[in-house]
Amino acid sequence: MLKIENLHAAVEGKTILKGLNLTVNAGEVHAIMGPNGAGKSTLANVIAGHDNYEVTDGAIYYEGNDIIEMAPENRARNGIFLAFQYPVEIPGLNNTYFLRAALNEKKKFLGEPEVDAADFLVIAREKMKLVEMKKELLRRPVNSGFSGGEKKRNEIFQMAVLEPKLAVLDETDSGLDIDALRIVSKGVNALKRPDNATIVVTHYQRLLDYIVPDFVHVLYDGKIIHSGGKELALELEEKGYDWLINK
Amino acid sequence: MSSNNEQLDKITNQEYKYGFESQVESDTIPPGLDENVIKEISRRKGEPEFMLKWRLNAYSKWLTMEQPSWAHLNLQPIDFQAISYFSSPKSAKEKPKNLDEVDPEILDTYKKLGIPLKEQERLQGIVAVDAVFDSVSVATTYKDKLAEVGVIFCSISEAMREYPELVEKYLGSVVPPTDNFFASMNSAVFTDGSFVYVPPGVRCPMELSTYFRINATNTGQFERTLIIADEGSYVSYLEGCTAPQRDENQLHAAVVEIIAHKDAQVKYATVQNWYPGDENGVGGIYNFVTKRGLCKGENSKISWTQVETGSAITWKYPSVILKGDNSVGTFHSVAMTNNLQQADTGTKMIHLGKNTQSTIISKGISAGKSSNAYRGLVRVAKGATNARNYSQCDSLLIGDKCGAHTFPYIDVQNTTSQVEHEATTSKIGEDQIFYCMQRGLSEEDAVSMIVNGYCKEVLQNLPMEFAVEAQNLLTLSLEGTVG
Repeated sequence: MLKIENLHAAVEGKTILKGLNLTVNAGEVHAIMGPNGAGKSTLANVIAGHDNYEVTDGAIYYEGNDIIEMAPENRARNGIFLAFQYPVEIPGLNNTYFLRAALNEKKKFLGEPEVDAADFLVIAREKMKLVEMKKELLRRPVNSGFSGGEKKRNEIFQMAVLEPKLAVLDETDSGLDIDALRIVSKGVNALKRPDNATIVVTHYQRLLDYIVPDFVHVLYDGKIIHSGGKELALELEEKGYDWLINK
Repeated sequence: MSSNNEQLDKITNQEYKYGFESQVESDTIPPGLDENVIKEISRRKGEPEFMLKWRLNAYSKWLTMEQPSWAHLNLQPIDFQAISYFSSPKSAKEKPKNLDEVDPEILDTYKKLGIPLKEQERLQGIVAVDAVFDSVSVATTYKDKLAEVGVIFCSISEAMREYPELVEKYLGSVVPPTDNFFASMNSAVFTDGSFVYVPPGVRCPMELSTYFRINATNTGQFERTLIIADEGSYVSYLEGCTAPQRDENQLHAAVVEIIAHKDAQVKYATVQNWYPGDENGVGGIYNFVTKRGLCKGENSKISWTQVETGSAITWKYPSVILKGDNSVGTFHSVAMTNNLQQADTGTKMIHLGKNTQSTIISKGISAGKSSNAYRGLVRVAKGATNARNYSQCDSLLIGDKCGAHTFPYIDVQNTTSQVEHEATTSKIGEDQIFYCMQRGLSEEDAVSMIVNGYCKEVLQNLPMEFAVEAQNLLTLSLEGTVG
């Protein structure tokens, strides 16, 4: 589904990713771990197509096509979803209206019939249950005045509605208490299917107790320096990153 | 994102949709201003004697005044002798008795603007329209239906002839002829506008609306609107405006006066979309307007809602004088500037009566190289005990070449009143735009949704059908802003 080859990317002229390789197949969950400043969030943003990040070398193949030149909205419509580390607030823009517009953009793109307001409400109510989100949040402006936990739940709720093929969760666990973490993880697990894939970017092993990865990768200084199974996360928790960095 | 700015530019640079010109033969007084021109205007309009005196008095005051320079505007000197002060479609010389007599070209103009004047073409009985074309009112719809409940809705020219006692009593009672430079000028040369009188206890059964269109070249439009809501009455009024696209600047200096008696309520909404000039700042309307409401009686209410997207330069401060005890004034504004547009707008709330309340919500949006200023005054007089004011002024910047300024003045002369002021300035976030795009929305849609969300508090005060119009207008004005 996703194949990243020799990816180099820079922010404001500073090179962050320095030859990153990663392959993700349908049905898999990959965890990207690593110390601060290693390039984890950069990787997430580059996959989503954020303009601030300049790809200077390498390629990102998604379903066989290089998407480096693809506009971010088209990546989204093609099924790439980024759950943001810091979901932004958009005052005055109704959550339901926003999400229905997004869903319909995707449907239009795929040549499917659009969803009207009534049908959308049925879909939304169903998907909200996944993350135990309060109904009133549907009527509120996007993320405005949401608590940290509510924002993260809203991200997973959006993911549930948009049904991406490739979801990238950028530090979804940051700022969550243990209950919220469990609920959010439950939502992510429920969305797992043989035909989709998830990349979980995280600092802490804690999240991986709930979202169990098939592969764990260590990102350091813009490259993946070590990969392993889910047991690697536990090892990292115990030993830190130094033993890999100095190897 | 460098390309973000380019896209912002692209979205805000959209062409003005109402820039067409109508081929209507007009009868225009040659450019220039002196007493004879004023006499000629008054004669052509068949005005009563007191009006001519009133005009000449205003003119002599105007001659002693100077154009104000305190606004945050970059304004070239205006040659007042180069403007024609009266232009009327020839066909309107004898005011048409009914719509069948109105020049089809004019009817067509309004139709193109989305304002069909033929009543059967409009939604049944929702809005009555007074259409002002250059200097004269060409048609007023639903007059008969309104007359059944005693509501007078006609052009101000007609009111001067048919209801001179009302005009004489109220004209200039809120904005005196000496009020300011442009108001004095308007008092001397105003040509038409709308007149509304709602009798005691009557709730006006439909929205009233005036649609102003400047068509002729080198012409100023100086309209005068007078709205009187008698005791316990209610009226909601909307004003819309457009002009053809031209290279020279045209002057629009209007005066609006509102009087609300005891227990009366007036809602006044404006969707202003005069031609703003092109992307290099050539052409466009100078919109210098004095709007003021007087809450004369106890428990009266006046609310101003404005959506300002047009004009090269906007200079206006719709205000409320809260004279009656417990009276309420509100001001909700969205001012959007793009390219080289300049706006200096805001409000004045003058608290005189006890327990008076005012609310100010101002949303400025600046894009391109434009400049957008909020200027407000909240004055609480000594006798206005327990007065309350809440002001909120937000500025949104799109791109990095525009400017936003806030000039709030607060003057409180007693100790029992409460005045609150909040102000924010934010840039339309790249993060917000990217967030929307990551969910599959185009950049244009993202900006439009973010801006409409930002203005929601104001837009929701507009009558339903106009809220939709205003939203579309904002979206249009935004095109080309995102880069």
